[in-house]
Amino acid sequence: MFKKLNITCNQATSICDKSQYGEASFFDKIRLQIHFIGCKICAMYSKQNVLLTKLFKNKAINTKRKRDSLCMTYQEKEVLRKEFEKQNV
Amino acid sequence: MSNPSPIIHTLNPTKWIDNYSDYLFRYTFIRVNNHEVSKDLVQETFFSGLKSAKNFEGKATERTWLISILKRKIIDHYRKINSKKGQAEVRMNFYNDGENEGDWIEERVPQSWGNEVEKKIENKELQHQIDLCVDKLPQKYAMVFRMKTIQEIDTQVICKELDISSSNLWVIIHRARMQLRKCLEDNWFNN
Repeated sequence: MFKKLNITCNQATSICDKSQYGEASFFDKIRLQIHFIGCKICAMYSKQNVLLTKLFKNKAINTKRKRDSLCMTYQEKEVLRKEFEKQNV
Repeated sequence: MSNPSPIIHTLNPTKWIDNYSDYLFRYTFIRVNNHEVSKDLVQETFFSGLKSAKNFEGKATERTWLISILKRKIIDHYRKINSKKGQAEVRMNFYNDGENEGDWIEERVPQSWGNEVEKKIENKELQHQIDLCVDKLPQKYAMVFRMKTIQEIDTQVICKELDISSSNLWVIIHRARMQLRKCLEDNWFNN
């Protein structure tokens, strides 16, 4: 049981990343908190990770706003049309 | 009352470019985040569609059918960047092997970002720096990371669309975030 609670820094940061998306299990989150008690580095990683998530969230909002304007240029479509007509005979 | 007969859809290839090129392009760009690649995959989709038009049974709409072809093209693209050539890209290790397996490598431990950090994240240029850092990742990490974090597509959907397991996805996300954290630290927070 106690052995299962013990995790490496690699595992800890991995759980930490997963929990940024709300997808870490309850047991994993317990293991993570126990790891933080003895590891200041991973605790700092976790704090920075929350900040990064905030950043990425902003980025996601800005990116989605531009979604509707994603398209090929008129010229690109015309080139495609010509190529396509060659095939469609 | 008799059952209405099911609708049989038909294909009209001469209208494909007008009707679907924007839709397919957007669908692709959201996943591959590259204009040229998206354009090529859309073109390949139309060509494949033409070739296999005789197999179209009319059960799905034209658009759904084209999307199913496009989805296969996207998996092929993912496999290509996941091939040997793709893996030759630099992946940074952060943890020891051997005796201290899984512990931080000393010179790669996270550094403190100082007190001004909240101010630094308000900066608009940081959005651009994120792109620069994501572009430095191995291509398949960048693709999975963007789909999950920037486009916020569900884990299950990504796994299905790229034909990978969820544990595979989380390993990629973990490695991508490790590398991004370091890149943003070096170029932004401690610069």
